[in-house]
Amino acid sequence: MTDNIAAAPARLRWLTAEVVELIEETPRAKSLMLSIPGWSRHRPGQHVDVRLTAEDGYQAQRSYSIASAPEADHVMLTVDRIEEGEVSPYLTRDVQVGDRFELRGPIGGYFVWTAAVGGPLFLVAGGSGIAPLMAMLRHRAAAKATMPAVLLYSSRIFEDIIYREELDALATRGDGLQVVHTLTRGHPAAWAGQTRRIDRDMLASDGIAAGERPKIFICGPTPLVESAARSLQELGHEPGLIRTERFGPTGG
Amino acid sequence: MSDPPISRGFRGRKRQGAQADRVPPGQHLTDDFPVLSAGPTPEPKLASWSFALQEAGSLLGKWSWEEFGKLPQTDITVDIHCVTTWSKLDTHWRGVSIDDLLEAAGLNEPPAAFAMIHCDGGYTTNVPVEDLIGGKAMVATHYEGQPLAPEHGGPARLLVPHLYFWKSAKWARRLRFIESDEPGFWESLGYHMYGDPWREQRYSGD
Repeated sequence: MTDNIAAAPARLRWLTAEVVELIEETPRAKSLMLSIPGWSRHRPGQHVDVRLTAEDGYQAQRSYSIASAPEADHVMLTVDRIEEGEVSPYLTRDVQVGDRFELRGPIGGYFVWTAAVGGPLFLVAGGSGIAPLMAMLRHRAAAKATMPAVLLYSSRIFEDIIYREELDALATRGDGLQVVHTLTRGHPAAWAGQTRRIDRDMLASDGIAAGERPKIFICGPTPLVESAARSLQELGHEPGLIRTERFGPTGG
Repeated sequence: MSDPPISRGFRGRKRQGAQADRVPPGQHLTDDFPVLSAGPTPEPKLASWSFALQEAGSLLGKWSWEEFGKLPQTDITVDIHCVTTWSKLDTHWRGVSIDDLLEAAGLNEPPAAFAMIHCDGGYTTNVPVEDLIGGKAMVATHYEGQPLAPEHGGPARLLVPHLYFWKSAKWARRLRFIESDEPGFWESLGYHMYGDPWREQRYSGD
């Protein structure tokens, strides 16, 4: 757990981000494309802190993973709406193109993968936990990297799959990426993917074997992350090769 | 610094009364207990578990799980604050205070000014010793009357509630006294060396 340690960055200043595009990803998730003057290039997997200021001066902060590749023109945040949340309903319903808010980052240096780190790359996502892993896959494609990579991605229903078309396109590039979807609450009639929660058998049959020593990144709700990390260890993957990011129900 | 841009239509959830005084800047309250760890949860193995106090190369004290349970137990009710912006009020913990550990090791005073906590899985974090003594910190084994769950750091985690919660290292196994402050795991990755939530010391330079 001690590799990949970078020198401590300089002070993280609050920057002003401007929304330049909004993308409806699913009925609950929206991507915000941001223009951020003064932004320093991030590494895939890192996150930002967003700070909103209400008209009366009240402020609220939340952390969001960056979904875009470092190579992209704009920083993308994908926000999953938690109905009872304080911040996500605003970011997914009220924010308009041209709106501005404060943000600082990039933050975090452990849940990070770059093509230079190498592969194989084994990604496990649940719901909006796909966001930081998508940054890795977008970067992998932008860097024209070809090391074997597998994404195992759990969504509730077909309509909840975030970045579905882009993932399809990435998987058909023939550059060594395999995308396996699983739907846990119902699936279309002609569904070729998995149809249950991610478990040990699925991690074994669709994932990369422990003998290949893949770099593993798991991101999603706590129960999924806990169970996948435990199963992967049972399958012989070294704990030190498994990096996790958990999205609690209180990210809101 | 210029004024921050206003998010029109954003109202937020205002806090009122006594609770407002207990929530540090940039934090919000949660009733859940979110889990945040950089890697897999280690399987608790009580038979081979021990907790050690160490200074440089020498062992100052070491307790097995059974011995640890026989040390004086302290109950505390505290508010906790995670750097990912959630705070949780009135959490109940039981464990062995660092003061009692020092006493059990036969030490009248801490041997150095700083400490590094070492954990299963390789996690480390640094804390000034004055923030660990005087009833300010414990090695906690119980949460809300139950043995501490593995995903929350069980069988034992450090609890330093007045600092951001990454300092309350999960799966703690060893407290090593050091002469001068050194960065631990997150501190090497851009997080603040001290981490006072009331001064919003989230990241290096805050």
